[in-house]
Amino acid sequence: MFAAENGLKGDPRLEAISAAIRVVPNFPKKSFMFSRTGIMFQDITTLLLDHKAFKHTIDIFVDRYKDMQISVVAGVEARGFMFGPSIALAIGAKFVPLRKPGKLPGKVISESYELEYGHDRLEMHVDAVEPLERVIIIDDLVATGGTLSAAISLMESQGAEVVECACVIGLPEVKGQHKLKGKPLYVLVEPSGLDEFC
Amino acid sequence: MQSIVSSHHLCFAPPPPPPVLGHRLICHSLPSIRLPSHRSPTSLRLFSCAAESEMAAAAKEDGQDLRIPKIASSIRVIPDFPKPGIMFQDITTLLLDTEAFKDTIDIFVERYKGKGISVVAGVEARGFIFGPPIALAIGAKFVPMRKPKKLPGKVISEEYSLEYGTDKIEMHVGAVEPGERAIIIDDLIATGGTLAAAIRLLERVGVKIVECACVIELPELNGREKLGEAPLFILVTSDAA
Repeated sequence: MFAAENGLKGDPRLEAISAAIRVVPNFPKKSFMFSRTGIMFQDITTLLLDHKAFKHTIDIFVDRYKDMQISVVAGVEARGFMFGPSIALAIGAKFVPLRKPGKLPGKVISESYELEYGHDRLEMHVDAVEPLERVIIIDDLVATGGTLSAAISLMESQGAEVVECACVIGLPEVKGQHKLKGKPLYVLVEPSGLDEFC
Repeated sequence: MQSIVSSHHLCFAPPPPPPVLGHRLICHSLPSIRLPSHRSPTSLRLFSCAAESEMAAAAKEDGQDLRIPKIASSIRVIPDFPKPGIMFQDITTLLLDTEAFKDTIDIFVERYKGKGISVVAGVEARGFIFGPPIALAIGAKFVPMRKPKKLPGKVISEEYSLEYGTDKIEMHVGAVEPGERAIIIDDLIATGGTLAAAIRLLERVGVKIVECACVIELPELNGREKLGEAPLFILVTSDAA
């Protein structure tokens, strides 16, 4: 669900966060799948340059999760790494990186997921989470939910409980879709800049 | 339902009271902390430390920061990864140790807070894990330095040598401005090639590198030499193989 529908309606922090996100047309390539004008890439690097807005982003997630007995924050490579650790540190949870194949050095479990063309895999160290641990999974953006679904599968294969998936940005596909693979989805903002081009 | 709370301070620990006598620079001779699986004798290494807070002072005994051995012991060494003969320093186990991870960030934050550093640059991908918490705590921006074709906007790039061939790192144009003061973060320095490229990239746009900071150094690989004028601050050293 979107933060504005879940207690943060009118929160000026959400507007600041949205304004700090840059839209880059036609990245990584021109495509007419999502709109007449091509892919409008939501670039969060500009959010990271805006200390206040970046802090607001982390603060909102920390306020939400700090009293939910979360012991694991899992972040999806690579942009999930930019948000997850700060949340983990503030709520006293472990940070678990979920990585592309071949990056993690120890014994791993992996789960495949669909891309626009073909598929990819997401890996996690086998000893990273324990059964019954309460987990949140972080990424910068959720589109189809394929990557997050793979992440949920990894957690559940270890007996951990995914309490929620959390993203800064949620594409229109997920609006109204409160659950991903049966798990709640919490999103701060919708994509910036779409209205200018439609 | 969540209600809006008033502004939330990003705190990793209760903020230390300001030191009564003002900040002072303290240099300690510390034995380098060797990771458990290596047998070389310890060598003396000079670490310069930043202004002391009362919390950091409490953690010190005989000049040694007691947080450091705990950080060192939380790092897992994995033999023969990514190839035979390499002893891989796995920081993922540090990230699973909430106290060790918090201490790691605290040490860097204590060192860099209040020094006019406006940029924390982090090298993909493990630099992305350590950099942002530091940036947030010291009031700086975080700038990711990425492998080619990952950043969506206009970029500048710098090439560097690998064992076989070359690679590039990239940064967004406009992420930093001339005259800004930066630190560069990565989990580990080995040959120093990546960090040296990051330094060149930032210096090309007029940024001053205050320091490079890594959790781990592999001193046998002489990475320090590649960094030129830029100082290097590390927490833990280890053998390369």
